[in-house]
Amino acid sequence: MNYDPFVLPFSFGLVAVLTYLMAKYVWWFFKIERADRRKGLRGIFSRRFLGVLGEIFMEVLLHRKVFRKNFVLGYMHMSIALGWFLLIVVGTVESKLINPSAFNKIWDPIFFRFFHHEPQGSLKADLLAAIMDGILLFILSGILLAWGKRVYSKLLGMKRTTKHVLADRLTLTILWFIFPLRLLAESFTAATYQNGSFFTQPAGDFLASFLPVSSLEYPVWWAYSISLFLFFVALPFSRYLHIPTEAVLIAFRRAGLTTQKRHTGFTEMEVHSCSRCGICIDVCQINVTTGRTSMVPAYYLQNIRHLRNDKQGAFDCLMCGRCQEACPVGISVTAIRQIRRTKLAGLGGADFKYLKQEAGRKAEVIYFAGCMTHLTPSIHRAITSMFNRAGIKYWFMDNDGTVCCGRPLQLAGKVTDAWMLREHNKKAISESGARILVTSCPICLKYFRAEYHLNIETLHHTEYIERLAANGTLKFGNSNTKAVYHDPCELGRGLGEYEKARSLASRAVHLVEASEEKSKAVCCGGSIAGLPLSPADKIQIAKAAVSSLTVQKPDYIITSCPLCKKTFQHAGDAEVKDIAEVMEKQMI
Amino acid sequence: MPDFGYKIQKDRQIDYDNNDRTFFYYLKRVEPTISLCIGCGTCTATCSANRLTDFNFRKVMQFIRRGEKGEFIKEIDKCMLCGKCILVCPKNINTRNVIHVARQYFYSPLK
Repeated sequence: MNYDPFVLPFSFGLVAVLTYLMAKYVWWFFKIERADRRKGLRGIFSRRFLGVLGEIFMEVLLHRKVFRKNFVLGYMHMSIALGWFLLIVVGTVESKLINPSAFNKIWDPIFFRFFHHEPQGSLKADLLAAIMDGILLFILSGILLAWGKRVYSKLLGMKRTTKHVLADRLTLTILWFIFPLRLLAESFTAATYQNGSFFTQPAGDFLASFLPVSSLEYPVWWAYSISLFLFFVALPFSRYLHIPTEAVLIAFRRAGLTTQKRHTGFTEMEVHSCSRCGICIDVCQINVTTGRTSMVPAYYLQNIRHLRNDKQGAFDCLMCGRCQEACPVGISVTAIRQIRRTKLAGLGGADFKYLKQEAGRKAEVIYFAGCMTHLTPSIHRAITSMFNRAGIKYWFMDNDGTVCCGRPLQLAGKVTDAWMLREHNKKAISESGARILVTSCPICLKYFRAEYHLNIETLHHTEYIERLAANGTLKFGNSNTKAVYHDPCELGRGLGEYEKARSLASRAVHLVEASEEKSKAVCCGGSIAGLPLSPADKIQIAKAAVSSLTVQKPDYIITSCPLCKKTFQHAGDAEVKDIAEVMEKQMI
Repeated sequence: MPDFGYKIQKDRQIDYDNNDRTFFYYLKRVEPTISLCIGCGTCTATCSANRLTDFNFRKVMQFIRRGEKGEFIKEIDKCMLCGKCILVCPKNINTRNVIHVARQYFYSPLK
């Protein structure tokens, strides 16, 4: 019988971690809201199951999205994840083929070489042993890169890497020991019994030249088993919980679950799926400019997970969404942050009794400029001039008075206050009987679409003017100037609208590219979500953003958000125009 | 003393012994930019809420500095947090955050 006391630590560790994970996932599953729970189950146990497995393979093992960001980093993650997985799979095949038994023990594939001393006789066994050695070599190359990354992260294309807490660092160290120990154990056995393959045999023979391998063999197998035990025990308390959790997350996400407004079991899965790989660190503009770290998802999600005070991380953020876009796991950190903001801000506060309900005026189109547009009046002047030219019957809803859409309050976590403003505006909108609501402010637009539940079409002015241009109502001539288009976060990443503004602007100007565009576009830094961020810091962020936009030396920057325009003006390094102003000038 | 009717304005003596300046000191720590305020009133001129009602951010700042809690707690409730005031402030004060911090301080269980 293949048994020796040294297999016990490994076996206990494995059973313990599997039991823990099962309990945890069942707990989270019951914390998901009822309707979502059913949706999740129906989604997972269906024909789509193969797709789920495929995605788990692509992301959890191959790390496809990390590869897309950076090849070496992808290789590092893949070699350890896929390598370890293959080691288990091929090990199982090997132990089944060579030691056929109805009751293979769970440690058989792991400690196969210790129990199977005979040199490989057949081609099949030779081949399997060679594959196993190859896989081990593959993993060790990844471990080597991981060591290198700790010492010098630029080697792997990262300016900064995550600063880990003690539990993570300990577990990381254990993980680094597992595979070198396996190599040592197998090499020592190979040197003693000549059962190694192309890698372990020469390694063992070499070590045997100066080490008493036969007496060291047994303790090293013990050490290997203990290192596995330690890793399994540490896994639930460390970042490595992300490995199994990400697989579960993928299954539920493909079933159609998302993090919405409440913290549910699904949110827990998202929070625990963060591997703190650190890809979000370099894309966070606040971190790059001011050196603050509390809002970087790698650290922020850690604080949520360990129930630490996350107030600073929740409110310091600009909610631009760049980190979410870069995240290889696809954690919806912006939604999670919004949930936390709502929780932390508490209820109550505002008193809007002074708002007088004005009757909505009958019109075909409502124009809602938004607060920020009133600070940049050239935008709404350009819009109204184009509307007049096109002969549109519109109602300038917030021409006077200027009632806010409610998004700033929502972003500050004051959801009931935001609701009051929302109801106020909704009444006026529905009274006017319009079929289209046009706004100049992407911040408002996102709120109209997400929370207002209007039964009319909501458009940003770029979309509406583009429509007017496409159907020939408005005509534009080219000005032969060179400009770059800046994607506002809310319109771009927030609403996925990248092309309409570009196709509209290219009617009037020659567009050049920015260094980071579309879903990777930089944030201007002025975001109303960034509450405690001082205006001085915002200007620093804006300056960096302007220089990344103007790499191709355009004559001016075009944007479609009044807040971006104002913020860039404060930075003062380049001329900024709203797309509406540019188009109005070129109207023929 | 008989009231001769000469006192047209309400008594505006500021008694620092009775005023509670705790919040001012707290605010100075979490939003240090408030020390820069020169009371120019640009924030109030641009304010959306001010167009609809008597809401004056300049006055709120004044009340906070003096520690007149009863006065500014009512006032901060009127703000819509739209953030126009930050962009017009000539001294780069994070005005909006003052209201946000005040609301958290007085309403939120977690400070």
